[in-house]
Amino acid sequence: MAAKPLFGRGLRLLSVITAITLLTGFALVFFYAPLDADQGVIQKIFYVHVPLAIVSLCGFVAGGLMAIQQLRTRDRAWDMRSYVAIHLSIVFGVAVLITGSLWAKRSWGHWWVWDEPVLVSYLIVFLLYCCYQPLRFSISDPDRQSRYASVFAIAAGAFVPINFVAVRLAVQHVHPRVLSETGGHLPGKMMLAFYVTLLGVALLFATLWKLELTSKNASEQLRRLRRSFEETPPGELPAEAPEPVGVG
Amino acid sequence: MLRKDLRIELRTRESAPAMILFSLTVFVLFHFGVRRDEIDGALASGVLWVTVLLAAVLGVNRLFASEREGRALDGILLAPVDRTAVYLAKAAALFLYLVVLEVVAVPAFAILLLGPGLGGALPELPLILLVADVGLAAVGALVAALAAEARARDVVVPLLVLPLYVPLLIAAARATEPLLTPHPGPHGLAKWLGFTGVYDTVFLLVAVAVFDYLLED
Repeated sequence: MAAKPLFGRGLRLLSVITAITLLTGFALVFFYAPLDADQGVIQKIFYVHVPLAIVSLCGFVAGGLMAIQQLRTRDRAWDMRSYVAIHLSIVFGVAVLITGSLWAKRSWGHWWVWDEPVLVSYLIVFLLYCCYQPLRFSISDPDRQSRYASVFAIAAGAFVPINFVAVRLAVQHVHPRVLSETGGHLPGKMMLAFYVTLLGVALLFATLWKLELTSKNASEQLRRLRRSFEETPPGELPAEAPEPVGVG
Repeated sequence: MLRKDLRIELRTRESAPAMILFSLTVFVLFHFGVRRDEIDGALASGVLWVTVLLAAVLGVNRLFASEREGRALDGILLAPVDRTAVYLAKAAALFLYLVVLEVVAVPAFAILLLGPGLGGALPELPLILLVADVGLAAVGALVAALAAEARARDVVVPLLVLPLYVPLLIAAARATEPLLTPHPGPHGLAKWLGFTGVYDTVFLLVAVAVFDYLLED
């Protein structure tokens, strides 16, 4: 049995880069970017909220693309990648909704506002993706599970942009936006801090994604090893002695 | 395939009458829920569309019921039919159920709840309903197939299909709103119909592209 390589290669380097970028980003946010004139210190939450939202939406769409790849190649590894991407995006999504609510409460006085199209569309997308796991795990056959999950991921991935268009058409925006479509309106210093935190959060997503894939892969290999040990009678080494596999 | 579904539906009268009855019940619920005898404008269009959506969920839930109970899906798969044809037949069946539902439910809505009457909405409202039904059927048939294998099917279907219907609800309710208002202002019927058309096209294409993978074994 040729030991499949773990996905752990480069993980350590990636996590170090992630930590450095995030720390630099937060240092920039607190010591370099100017305080917002009307919102004060609460505006700093923007540097967490918006990157999280952008990254998790990209994660949802990336999950859909990986699902296409899975259906084309029939490779279960792509299904695993798609699953982990969507799963992490949901976790990030919870953080987005919480930080968004906090920000809305402080700057507009309400926990929730319906006339902010991005917020509303995000909630709908989030609600849809919350069904991904219940659907996935209510199908027992593993092959079918991965196919059905992929179909869901593709349909939902196509839904994300449509939904954003619909909500944006329906709502005239009344609030000044920190980040408009062109990315203008933001003073240079804020801009720099924002891009660094965005990069940091994207790297964080990549690191967590890789980490979870590694651990899933490792536990799968462990299960396979254990089964091959259990099948051999006691006192006898299994015919294919598994070689030790290095991590990282 | 479609003919078979319609024949079953005519014999057992399972889906469409249930959807109609359900929508009438929802109108009654709305009457007491919003405590009004007559509604118009945005509220009326919202009540109408939410009711249609909820009734559609009922239809989606039942869409693969006969195959599931009779274990007939394997038989369909053995038959030399294109998988896409299976999907299109299911979507067409759902589309027809929705049309039947609306033929009864919309006049009933006008009698029970609507203030201004349907006269001002006549050429446009059926058009909006038909265009939106295509999207409802396209997404509904896909979700019905997706959830057919799931254990908690009854829970998964509404949770999946309702968020997917939100863009459709936005467009359809916006397009209908001025039609149910006594003195309507300017309305962007073309914009909302265009958007609904885009939604229909995208989801029909996506569903046709991925449906093969759902039914293969």
